[in-house]
Amino acid sequence: MTDAVVVRDVRRVFGPVTALDGASWEAPLGAVTAVLGPNGAGKSTTVDCLVGLDRPGSGTVRVLGTDPWHADAGHRARVGVMLQDGGLPTTSRPLPLLHHLAALHRDPWPVEDLARRLGIDGFARTTVRRMSGGQRQRIALAAALVGRPDVLLLDEPSAGLDPHGRREVWRLVREEADRGVGVVLTTHSFEEAERVADGVVVLAGGRVVAAGTVADVAGTEGLETTYFRLTEGPPR
Amino acid sequence: MTRPVPPGARVRAQAAFEARMLLGNGEQLLVSLVLPALALVGLTLASVPDLGAACRVDVATAGALALAVVSTAFTGQAIATGFDRRAGVLRLLGTTPLGRGGLLGGKALAVLAVLAVQVAVLGALGLALGWRPQPAGLLPALLTLLLGAGSFAALALLLAGTVRAEGVLAVANLVWVLLLGLGLLLPTSSLPGPLSALAAALPSGALGDAVRAALVDGAWPWGPWVVLLVWGTAGTAGAVRWFRWSG
Repeated sequence: MTDAVVVRDVRRVFGPVTALDGASWEAPLGAVTAVLGPNGAGKSTTVDCLVGLDRPGSGTVRVLGTDPWHADAGHRARVGVMLQDGGLPTTSRPLPLLHHLAALHRDPWPVEDLARRLGIDGFARTTVRRMSGGQRQRIALAAALVGRPDVLLLDEPSAGLDPHGRREVWRLVREEADRGVGVVLTTHSFEEAERVADGVVVLAGGRVVAAGTVADVAGTEGLETTYFRLTEGPPR
Repeated sequence: MTRPVPPGARVRAQAAFEARMLLGNGEQLLVSLVLPALALVGLTLASVPDLGAACRVDVATAGALALAVVSTAFTGQAIATGFDRRAGVLRLLGTTPLGRGGLLGGKALAVLAVLAVQVAVLGALGLALGWRPQPAGLLPALLTLLLGAGSFAALALLLAGTVRAEGVLAVANLVWVLLLGLGLLLPTSSLPGPLSALAAALPSGALGDAVRAALVDGAWPWGPWVVLLVWGTAGTAGAVRWFRWSG
């Protein structure tokens, strides 16, 4: 079976900053893979490369076996994306926006059902500009889900959510993985990784410092202790 | 396996979404319809400034149509794109089946759709006030509106893709006000001395003079078209070179 995501020896340098420094990892379909790391570890650069908004300086990135850079619409339809800055037009209301995104797909998730699942119907009349951070997160997640993608790439999907919102996001992500979707999410919360992920990739300083199942990476110390040890190690 | 709808359907969906946003926004509606309509009525009913020998309503309607092009293709599109860029909308849409090409196609189609509404409303208002366009000038007028929309949209993207959103808002509105007086509403030949030559070399003067030449005199305005084409080409080249999708 094709992996959802394969990252091989990826380097990406921005001027004096090395964002990714030879990272390699993969994520299977039908599972949740958490890319865990502190701020500046290279998580968002990784997501940008996976969604085709950026291109590695060297190394290769494949999503569903395809190079995301300049990939065609058929590929993009199979990949649902949630970016950290949301990317929602500020003057739009949620349902027209989701209906519009749904109209780009042949067999989308019915918008009313999706909105109900994510509690969006409670603020359907609010424009994006006037929404709370948590409300925007839900719309952005709905935008990623609406095309019923085969791979979900989610950059910090639960940031800014209250515990109820976080639990709902985790449930949805779990359900999607259980029906065969390859979910890759970034987070700096080892709690989130422990709660929702099957596999973990720990990034620090643009390199993979650990990868495997949650149990493997957590080892005998537990994920929290392991995470701090791995990400507070000697300077790169 | 999940699949996208065909490219044409994606572009039409984006155009409909953008057109609804442009027409549903109160401030934008003011700039795209209310102010050009006020200019049309005001210029027609007043006795100053002197509009030359031609019938006042004919000159006023041509000017209002030129102003409408700048409202939608330049000011409206620059502000919408500038804020979408800052909010990350351009990045997100680039990852959907729409993609960057579809986004640009959708914007172009949305501008044309809104322009069609503007021409219908302002044209009807002009006709009600006694406007009688030269039949021979309808085709060159249509070509002028399309060329003007293309040139100003290119300049809008250059502005929106290089300046931060608040700056785009300020500059796009300021430019609209300045260009209004630099050949859009009034013939460049009616402006005093050096301003006249300046306005004729600007896209505003070229667009305004071209629409007037077509609709008032039934002429094919080759000279102003060259000026518009130069600005449009420069704007496109600049946008291709400097447009940043994230901001």
